[in-house]
Amino acid sequence: MNAKGQVFKYGDNVDTDVIIPARYLAIQDQKELAEHCMEDIDTSFVKNVKSGDIMVAGKNFGCGSSREHAPLVIKVAGVSCVIAETFARIFYRNAINIGLPIIECAEAAKGIEAGDEVEVDFDSGMIYDKTKNTQYKGQPFPEFMQKIIRSEGLVNYINQKQQETK
Amino acid sequence: MGMTMTQKILAAHAGLDTVTAGQLIEADLDLVLGNDITTPVAVREMDKMKHDSVFHKDKIALVMDHFIPNKDIKSAENCKCVRDFACRHEITNYFDVGQMGIEHALLPEKGLTVAGDAIIGADSHTCTYGALGAFSTGVGSTDMAAGMVTGKAWFKVPSAIRFNITGEPARWISGKDVILHIIGMIGVDGALYKSMEFTGDGISHLTMDDRFTIANMAIEAGAKNGIFPVDDQTIQYMQEHSKRPYKAYEADADAEYDEEYTINLSELKPTIAFPHLPENTKTIDEIKEPVKIDQAVIGSCTNGRIDDLRVAASILKGRKVAPNVRCIVIPATQTIYLQAMEKGLLRTFIEAGAVVSTPTCGPCLGGYMGILAAGERCISTTNRNFVGRMGHVDSEVYLASPAVAAASAVTGQISCPCELE
Repeated sequence: MNAKGQVFKYGDNVDTDVIIPARYLAIQDQKELAEHCMEDIDTSFVKNVKSGDIMVAGKNFGCGSSREHAPLVIKVAGVSCVIAETFARIFYRNAINIGLPIIECAEAAKGIEAGDEVEVDFDSGMIYDKTKNTQYKGQPFPEFMQKIIRSEGLVNYINQKQQETK
Repeated sequence: MGMTMTQKILAAHAGLDTVTAGQLIEADLDLVLGNDITTPVAVREMDKMKHDSVFHKDKIALVMDHFIPNKDIKSAENCKCVRDFACRHEITNYFDVGQMGIEHALLPEKGLTVAGDAIIGADSHTCTYGALGAFSTGVGSTDMAAGMVTGKAWFKVPSAIRFNITGEPARWISGKDVILHIIGMIGVDGALYKSMEFTGDGISHLTMDDRFTIANMAIEAGAKNGIFPVDDQTIQYMQEHSKRPYKAYEADADAEYDEEYTINLSELKPTIAFPHLPENTKTIDEIKEPVKIDQAVIGSCTNGRIDDLRVAASILKGRKVAPNVRCIVIPATQTIYLQAMEKGLLRTFIEAGAVVSTPTCGPCLGGYMGILAAGERCISTTNRNFVGRMGHVDSEVYLASPAVAAASAVTGQISCPCELE
């Protein structure tokens, strides 16, 4: 499984309030919600993002609220992978649970710049910056989380487990 | 190797004798919590599961608190979704207008959280119940849905940072100053993925409300949970509020910690977090230029408890909120509201020119009941001061204790209550 696209780059401590401001949280339609993704720090993101694009950020990405709407709007906006130095722990869980691929890699988070063409190989954890002709090794997921990711989220994983026990 | 307090609770709930940091476990849950923002998403996820029943109707708590009484049609539809779900599954602990309070003040008050519990909640401030010696942590809606169906959650066993609390706090120093001081010291990711375990004889000088405030903001340092030992005050609180049996766990003497810090309460000063991160702290004496404010908010799951209202009222009594400042007081639960009424605190607030609201998360997350315009500043007893958190992206939030917020409401600029004495 691979992701390939152009990079949108952000800094440290990108919080869930800027990923999706609380004033929109009553919206239940995912597409309508995703129209406001990142708007408090980057009004051009939604206009410019294309399906498959990649988000790269610094440390503690997704800090703050537990709102699952945050990884969801990033996914629905078209982003195929988020690479960060570190992720806040609730965002990390939520991304796995809803099937948004994420990778922790401090070197990639520093080296990759906005606009670069980047390809990620999820099986090997390798990150290739095609623009700069550089490559990085991301942190692989533990086996248990890989199972959830392979099931495309926690709901499918639980459904499959219940099938197996029947 | 010994276990931390958190690790012992997790081991017991996973049916294991021991666990070590980094181990992946599946733990039985004593309570699964959701609110009016996160539960509708969980209900949708549950619909996708081939399983339309909950693991235990008494072990789920659904609290309508963020946008209620409903602020608009969409929030009304969300609450209706949760109300229908609660009715269909006969959820015992469903709290709507009239019974509700801000979830993290309400659940301990109702006796639904006790020492030794393992709790998940689809709200990041679920870590509050660590004040009672429980393991509790925030999750997303899908984890909540899985928890409601299976009664279990997966966890990576956390390592821990130990905070040794010593000394006695000076006048005007509260739990809020303690936790803002800590976040200022270690940063907003200083405890990322870890437990914050509080120990030391200084804890006896912190009230339960102080401890709830401290545990509540563990997430603001990135922590998985914050946890306090169980002492006489904890036991008294649980006996007054709960009929459920509790279990007090203690960290082993040889438990390992990634880092250790000592916090001497007697050395702390009123502490304020400047925009736009809770780690941007200054003590009151470090503020050299006047910081004028437009609004003061006293409330939230962090600081809407009776101790908080009492100290705010002691400062506002016989004084007036400064002209051009809006002061909004929000008791966190109906019981706290009643206590504030019976003790005359509501009269004090209203006579001072403040408004008193029904319990709601409202302004804390920029929902309603005190949204800021561009260029406006608010001193707030809430927990986050991110860009746009309380309104316009060009507004500013300063986090502080109820004492500092009340004093600032009187002077119109960020002030120490000592200036009014």
